[in-house]
Amino acid sequence: MDFSLIIPNIIKLLGKYWQLFLIEGVKNTLILTAISVAMGTVLGTVVAMLKMSRFKLVRFLVTLYVEVIRGTPILLQLYVFYFVIPQVLKFLDMPPFMWVAVALCVNSAAYVSEVIRSGIQAVDKGQTEAARSLGLSSGQTMMKIVLPQAVRNILPALGNEFIMMLKETSLASTFFLGDLMTSCLMVKGATYLTLEPMIIVALIYLCMTYPLSKLVEYFEKRMGGAGYRKKKKKNLKEIKAEVQA
Amino acid sequence: MEMIKTVDLHKSFGKLKVLTGVNETIHKGEVVSIIGPSGGGKSTFLRCLNLLETPEKGHIYFEGEEITGKKVDIDKHRQKMGMVFQQFNVFPHLSVCDNITLAPKLLKGKSEAEAVEMAKELLNRVGLLEKMDEMPGTLSGGQKQRLAIVRALAMEPDVMLFDEPTSALDPEMVGEVLEVIKGLVKTGMTSVIVTHEMGFAREVSDRVLFIAEGNILESGSPDVFFTNPTHPRLQDFLRKVL
Repeated sequence: MDFSLIIPNIIKLLGKYWQLFLIEGVKNTLILTAISVAMGTVLGTVVAMLKMSRFKLVRFLVTLYVEVIRGTPILLQLYVFYFVIPQVLKFLDMPPFMWVAVALCVNSAAYVSEVIRSGIQAVDKGQTEAARSLGLSSGQTMMKIVLPQAVRNILPALGNEFIMMLKETSLASTFFLGDLMTSCLMVKGATYLTLEPMIIVALIYLCMTYPLSKLVEYFEKRMGGAGYRKKKKKNLKEIKAEVQA
Repeated sequence: MEMIKTVDLHKSFGKLKVLTGVNETIHKGEVVSIIGPSGGGKSTFLRCLNLLETPEKGHIYFEGEEITGKKVDIDKHRQKMGMVFQQFNVFPHLSVCDNITLAPKLLKGKSEAEAVEMAKELLNRVGLLEKMDEMPGTLSGGQKQRLAIVRALAMEPDVMLFDEPTSALDPEMVGEVLEVIKGLVKTGMTSVIVTHEMGFAREVSDRVLFIAEGNILESGSPDVFFTNPTHPRLQDFLRKVL
């Protein structure tokens, strides 16, 4: 293998296939990530709440779901959602791309729910006791006291979860669904070059994940330990105007 | 008038029996201190009074109403029972002022202006007025505990429960918190105070309870309690701490 040709080859490939990499591939990867992250967060929040339900059966079912998803390979889950579930739910006429998106949602929801649950449970129990002792209901305590503090634990971990998801969408290439990794496979098939397309997509993935991880780092610094910032307080004039209104 | 009455209160954590049938009545305007060895059940007893711990047997009456019944709205009763914790438990994400105004605004329908006015008055009383817009993270332990006390007072409770309010403080800050409690007690606030500060208990209490081995072993006015203890367990305890 002639390594001296790698860089000229990369330049050549980019010249010829840049649309496949940068437009098709990046677009589909970002769409898959956005769907699975957005739906995964919503679903994950619901799952986290259900996991703290007072009904034993609900807790059991939700725990089963989380354990199965976390305990089996994501590739296996994709196979199930690609080959099996569309056969079972024939009336749901969805394209394969959407089935893979659903699989990724179901997967990320399980991880997100654990992030949210542990974030909530990491808030000191004394906070709940103090709020309840003032007469706040459990719902008010959750909304006004626990969740605002839990967000600080949750956000950075959630960011890391998003980065994981972005990389895991590459598994969609197993079914040739047009994501960035699929672009890599297609170019490899068309040109018989192996290393060069891999280097290209690796760099593109890095360009997407690195800023994200920097963002997470920023949030971690802002939210971690250092304490809460003062918010700008309404002055008394504004309050009085409000009262009169 | 009876403020809080407990009848045959039982509580256990797993196999450990913490309270074994406590009968006690606290009257309006009374200041009751509770002392005793660690693990004897004094904090658990206090935490049962506003049902932060649920007793498995027995009854608690607050202002004549049973609160251990099934269909009781405990949140309503808790609004009238202020509580101060060993670990302060101020809300770190709210400013000093918001810590105080949150509950009155949410639960008593006070307007922002009313609540802030009240918070100012309370903060002034405990010497924290200039900290009003600070975040609790910037306060010392003693200041946090004073904030926790006025946060409870903002709900205008009928009784105050103190759960070892000075045990987590640096020694030099104990005094300022005790001063605040003393001032409060002088206004006639019914108070139940779990404490290790014997001198303080002796000074402010109308009555002192000794809780050990899951029950009240002795109860009496501070003078008799500290100078002529009758129960051998209390004699032993006082010998060790005084």
